[in-house]
Amino acid sequence: MATLIGAVLAGSSSQAQTINAAAKYQQECAACHMAYPPGMLPAASWTRILDHMDKHFGTDASLDDATLRELSTWLPANGGTFRRVREAPPQDRITQSTWFIRQHDEVSSATWKRASIGSAANCAACHAGAAKGNFNEHDVRIPK
Amino acid sequence: MNAHPYFKLTATIALALFTAMACAASPAELQAGYEAQAGPGSKGNAHRGQLFFTSKHGKDWACANCHTASPTVDGKHATTGKVIGPLAPAFNPERFTDATKAEKWFRRNCNDVAGRECTAGEKADVLAWLQTLKR
Repeated sequence: MATLIGAVLAGSSSQAQTINAAAKYQQECAACHMAYPPGMLPAASWTRILDHMDKHFGTDASLDDATLRELSTWLPANGGTFRRVREAPPQDRITQSTWFIRQHDEVSSATWKRASIGSAANCAACHAGAAKGNFNEHDVRIPK
Repeated sequence: MNAHPYFKLTATIALALFTAMACAASPAELQAGYEAQAGPGSKGNAHRGQLFFTSKHGKDWACANCHTASPTVDGKHATTGKVIGPLAPAFNPERFTDATKAEKWFRRNCNDVAGRECTAGEKADVLAWLQTLKR
């Protein structure tokens, strides 16, 4: 019985940690850009990114120690779960991944630069459901 | 009808703990805190604050690049394009109500803009200016 209670407690506490980490990820990362699905980068990329948050793709996005510890466990643990994600892309950029480039090969460089899009990092410009994890190509609408 | 002293003490401690945990504050309180840090007699100056906010400090960006030169309206993140809500508290009541959050963003953004942390005096100046922007 004690074991059972212990297991239930352990289970609920690790579930609570996961929810907390996911909320932190939203709070800290989605302040500046979409909270990209953790599965889109392999664990090694997430670890490298988190190791250099003070120089994060050109800006200081440094985190407090507690948040950094939490995300350094949660992001790599949930990394690399997307179908084609295996190797770390150049510069640990999702948009430099082989699978990303192939999926978007019909999008011209002029299209990417439209004011309504800005850059390939702006998923939601064309994938309206991106923040909820919907990247279904049937729902894609490329803005003018 | 007086509350039992024990109850009063507990309530006081609970309130103090809550305040400390949530770091709840007003923009004026945060400014006063920075003025105290900056030293005796230090007072936030709105004119200096505006100048700091709209000038470059040896790097590519000024605060105004993302927050606009008159941060009563939405700004836009310089690299990601994400919309940034107005920074002036009169136009965005949640601004500068959380000391930890304010410190986090000063730390990050001063480093991007000036390549260093801002001084307490500079923070007090910027806060003084932002509070002069009214509807």
